[in-house]
Amino acid sequence: MTPRPGFSPTRVREMVRKELRQLFRDPRMKRMMIGPPLIQLLVFGYAVNTDIRDTRTAVLDRDRTVASRQLVDALTSSGYFKVVGHYERPDEVVNALDHGTASLSIEIPRGFAAALTTARGTTVQVLVDGTSANSANIAQGYAALIVQRLGLDLARRAGAAVGPAGVDLRARAWFNPDLKSRAYNVPAVAGMIILMMGLSLTSMSVVREREIGTLEQLMVSPLRPAELILGKTVPVVLITMADLALISVVAVLWFDVPMRGSVVLLFTGSLCFVFAALGLGLIISTMANTQQEAFMSMFFFFFPIIILGGFMFPVANMPEFFQWLSLLNPLRYYLELVRGIFLKGAGLAALWPQLLALAVLGPGLLAFAVTRFHKTNR
Amino acid sequence: MRPTLSLGRLLAVSRKEVLHLRRDPRSLGLAFVLPAIMILAFGWVISFDIRHITMAVYDEDQSQASRALVDAFTASSYFVVTDHLDRYGDAAPLLDRGAVRLVLVIPPRFQARLSGGGPAPVQALVDGSDANTATIALAYARGIVTAYATRAVLGARRVTPPLRAETRVWYNEELKSSNMIVPGLIAVVMMIIAAMLTSLTIAKEWERGTMEQLASTPVHPVEVVLGKLLPYLGIGMIDVLVTGFIGDVVFAVPFRGSFLFFVGASFFFLIGALGIGLAISAATKSQMLAMQVAMVATYLPSFLLSGFMFDVAAMPKALQAIALFVPARYYITAVRGIFLKGVGPHVLWPYGLGMILFGVAGLALAARAFKKEIG
Repeated sequence: MTPRPGFSPTRVREMVRKELRQLFRDPRMKRMMIGPPLIQLLVFGYAVNTDIRDTRTAVLDRDRTVASRQLVDALTSSGYFKVVGHYERPDEVVNALDHGTASLSIEIPRGFAAALTTARGTTVQVLVDGTSANSANIAQGYAALIVQRLGLDLARRAGAAVGPAGVDLRARAWFNPDLKSRAYNVPAVAGMIILMMGLSLTSMSVVREREIGTLEQLMVSPLRPAELILGKTVPVVLITMADLALISVVAVLWFDVPMRGSVVLLFTGSLCFVFAALGLGLIISTMANTQQEAFMSMFFFFFPIIILGGFMFPVANMPEFFQWLSLLNPLRYYLELVRGIFLKGAGLAALWPQLLALAVLGPGLLAFAVTRFHKTNR
Repeated sequence: MRPTLSLGRLLAVSRKEVLHLRRDPRSLGLAFVLPAIMILAFGWVISFDIRHITMAVYDEDQSQASRALVDAFTASSYFVVTDHLDRYGDAAPLLDRGAVRLVLVIPPRFQARLSGGGPAPVQALVDGSDANTATIALAYARGIVTAYATRAVLGARRVTPPLRAETRVWYNEELKSSNMIVPGLIAVVMMIIAAMLTSLTIAKEWERGTMEQLASTPVHPVEVVLGKLLPYLGIGMIDVLVTGFIGDVVFAVPFRGSFLFFVGASFFFLIGALGIGLAISAATKSQMLAMQVAMVATYLPSFLLSGFMFDVAAMPKALQAIALFVPARYYITAVRGIFLKGVGPHVLWPYGLGMILFGVAGLALAARAFKKEIG
């Protein structure tokens, strides 16, 4: 075997060219680089929302007075509830909840209007379908709030002895005045896409060569291992950075997500994060012999990283152990960085810890992966 | 040439697929381990029950009434008051750093206004960057303030407020997140299993060139589709039972309905999901492409548009229309009904019918895609 001469940029360029050509030989693959990020942006921009609207409500009004109708109106006019049926008997309400035609019911007792003006007051019964715990929790809170407010209102109108509105809570949301989940979720899609592309493209393109047997050929070619790895990773870096640019443009122009911070910081942090994803992808490629194995092992990394990264569920709400564990998760820092840059316009002064963590984790993981890759492919 | 379907040929295709699977023990192992890991991770980590929200107070009034309001916040388990501010300007850095999620500002003359009968304004500043947590925190804060106001306004004159809501939660009395996650996760797991296992199986044969061989044999496309599907159906059903079992035992999710109906609905749902995976596999011919398509076509919609985590009714109309065609949505409704509500076929029969329809449609789609590529 002839000794391999030193590092050659030409060979790397040729390898990158070969990889890109192989990747995009099927024109559908090109669309897969653009389609899924856009679809995910749309879905996360529009679908992910834990607030409630138009909760299907069943009404059992035994009083049938102006006051009881006022209560139902107060619920529907809030926008949180939509009446799907008026019922006469309790078992009809149970039936509606069982069938899922209604997910909340309100029962107004007989003599409701009369009892309102007495000292004892009155109680309406609210039943919530708890199978969707999150919506149920919020719906029950809103229902109780609306009922209580109306009670105060009616009491004030009935007897002048009661003072007016009491306390008026004025909410102001910082960074995101309309409390749109969109502004929070859309920039985060970048993290998901970079992670997914980095893991899947890197691992599958290496394993594919092993499966077909061309990895052997590459190994015996004058290509040095470092050049091989660069050839496999540079295309992925290019693709993910292009996707990041696409996501940022769509987020700002279509979703009106504010971009308050520095673009340079965004791309620096993203590059470090891509390194982490590439490293994990290479590690997977050393473990898997078939593309199927690689695909499945990818989920093995992908899910814990997404769940523990604070992508949809804030890290602060997790049990303490998992909060500690998430300190090892590059996605956690990346999401904090991206959201900080987009929403808060935070600069290096505020985000240096996240950037530092990424700068350690990303290249660190990649370096570890490269040594492992050398060992298994010698 | 190919007269009738033969069970023998179908089983031969199955046996070949089983051999492939057994030669790849790590994939097989992952197919069983992954669902278990997912359910444990989801069940332990995710909680929608947001408590101990950190907050700061800027009390300019320093009166009995303002302290009572702050006490109402601390008395609820939802908030933890970590800071008392001396200046309004201190609020911004705290929110910037994310040290607190909410700042309660009580302006001067709060007590005077409250007893004077005029509305007494207070301000809540929330960190809106996480809109979901902010929405929930604000809802809690409103509840606390309204309850306080009711007491403050009526307290002197009446013992009880004139109108109260007595809320009771059905089916999931303690509003446990895992009760909601486990049934939904079974559907997501199955979609992923389908995407992972079947979406690559035909593409793999294309890549290796063995598809030509298969095409030259007298085997009928329907036999290939059914034969390839059968082993994965077995794996998928075991996964369903394992996830259900873990949910029931580890997370104490009640199982109140009919086991038979659960198995039946899962069986047909799985056939549909696997069929879609096979169709993708046959149409893409490349494993890398198949994987990307499978992720977008099966996993994403079943995760996001199925009502698994996010309420479909709160989505824009266009997405609601798309969600009508997400099979996982109906499956999740049925499984939640079986697990938590304990309702049987007399309530859920439309969903059962839907699952059978989906199963047949998935198979037809797979057979068609396969026939097209072979022919």
